[in-house]
Amino acid sequence: MKVTKDLVAASATPMVLGILAEGESYGYAILRRINDLSGGELDWTEGLLYPLLHRLERLGHVESSWQSPAGERRRKYYRITGTGLAELAEQRRQWDTVVDALKKVWLGPGDLRMLRPLEGGA
Amino acid sequence: MTVPDERDDLEAQFTQWRQYVERRPELRRSDADELEDHLRGSVDGLIESGLRADEAFLVAVKRMGGLDELSREFAREHSERLWKQLVLSGDTDSPVAGAQPRRDLLALIVCAAGAAVSIKIPALFGMDMEQDVAFFARNISLFAFPWLAAFLAWRRQAAPALIAVLLGLFALGAVAANVHPLAEDSQSLVLTGIHLPIALWFAVGLAYVADDLRSSRRRMDFVRFTGEWFLYLGLIALGGNVLIAFVFGTFEAIGIVPEAFIIQWLLPCGGVAAVVVAGWLVEAKQSVVENMAPVLARLFTPLFAGVLLAFLVAFGWTGGGIDVERDALILFDVLLAVVLGLLLYSISARDPLAPPGLFDRLQLALVASALVIDILVLVEIAGRISEYGTTPNKAAALGENVILLANLAWSAWLVLGFVRRRTPFAALERWQTGYLPVYAAWAWVVALAFPPLFDYL
Repeated sequence: MKVTKDLVAASATPMVLGILAEGESYGYAILRRINDLSGGELDWTEGLLYPLLHRLERLGHVESSWQSPAGERRRKYYRITGTGLAELAEQRRQWDTVVDALKKVWLGPGDLRMLRPLEGGA
Repeated sequence: MTVPDERDDLEAQFTQWRQYVERRPELRRSDADELEDHLRGSVDGLIESGLRADEAFLVAVKRMGGLDELSREFAREHSERLWKQLVLSGDTDSPVAGAQPRRDLLALIVCAAGAAVSIKIPALFGMDMEQDVAFFARNISLFAFPWLAAFLAWRRQAAPALIAVLLGLFALGAVAANVHPLAEDSQSLVLTGIHLPIALWFAVGLAYVADDLRSSRRRMDFVRFTGEWFLYLGLIALGGNVLIAFVFGTFEAIGIVPEAFIIQWLLPCGGVAAVVVAGWLVEAKQSVVENMAPVLARLFTPLFAGVLLAFLVAFGWTGGGIDVERDALILFDVLLAVVLGLLLYSISARDPLAPPGLFDRLQLALVASALVIDILVLVEIAGRISEYGTTPNKAAALGENVILLANLAWSAWLVLGFVRRRTPFAALERWQTGYLPVYAAWAWVVALAFPPLFDYL
């Protein structure tokens, strides 16, 4: 099962902001982290990640700097800002609402586990 | 294969990949750095998991996806990058600071200010913009073009000998404009007013091609420069009109009529400065903006060809002669000049190696029909001149007609040969660039020698 493109795009901003809230990071590491978190089910591309990072930077949610840690390559590190944290909190509130609503409807009459026997009986 | 060998190969592949990335206008240098770091991270990860270096590189590039798609995603966030902008303070993206553009800007300010100041110098000797119209009409190009030539010569680091020639030419221009005792209403005054700027423009051209005088390519560059300069000057003039309208309207509203300021200062100083600024804009923008003159030439070549052919058909249909009015010769001179311009700017933008196509045939039709029309007119006019004798106006117009006719006739022959794949396209380009000095020589002859030749008529 792969998550659809629309859903990946919709969850992209809170995902990146959430990862950067754990601490500053760079592009390749962020993609690795997303891969680990989702067990490889979220299909992120560089074409999604880097323009998104640049947009978040333009909006002031993250800031970037080129750093060369000892023994490593020069890299562009991204760090979440105050407005970025506020944005993350807002996105989280919205996602919680969506997830809660979905959970309620799936545990209620719309539960797939209850639909399947009905289909089979028809 | 040894390990260092493999590393070298990998580096070569990274370099090549970077070249591809940097060719994309959507991707800046910093983006390329970032993406390269990403690619290196993913290659390292794959090598760690057991792949060979070249395999790892292939897989990592494949994973990153096509550059087209990647650039499209970047363009969505950075759409402004697809609009090329003029950067005055140098290429912000490039690591080397833009010292050259800044020096250019300084030279521009000096030259534009010089032009603006120089046009006010005659006022110190009692000359007035409104009363001595004839003086300014004859000399206007002498206040602007030397400064543009100075800017170009400075940019090209022209040799002292060439600078001396330029100074000599502009001095000669000043002589031509001012020594002849011409009456206010003489024909020669108007002729000098028209031909001296053309003659001096070729002096500017000399400054433009200063780094390589004989090169056909450089001369073609000057043709391109002329077209773009003209368009920029037109745009600046439009903006200037808006500025003048606002100056007039706003100050009038508070009871000050700024007419004298506009006529004595804003218009003349701004005008001559605009000549220099337009030249600088073309130099600064030549690799930033699509050249507009060839685009216009492409647009209007079919339209002009259609009109000229329709005229010929209508002429054959009615069977009557052409009613040659007094100004007809001038009109047909202008027609030939326009056709030549269309040809010249189409040539300037054409890939010399491309095979002949429909557009080249269209051009042939345009040039051929212009030639036929012009010959019809010339026959008509030759009779009149032999009957009534000649005047400076007629002689100048006739001379120009012959010069343009000769150029277009040979051009038509070369285009025909090119369409039939007999002659290479470069022959046409060489013919046009080689012909440029002829125009210059004629303009100088009219400006310098016509007044005494025709007894200052």
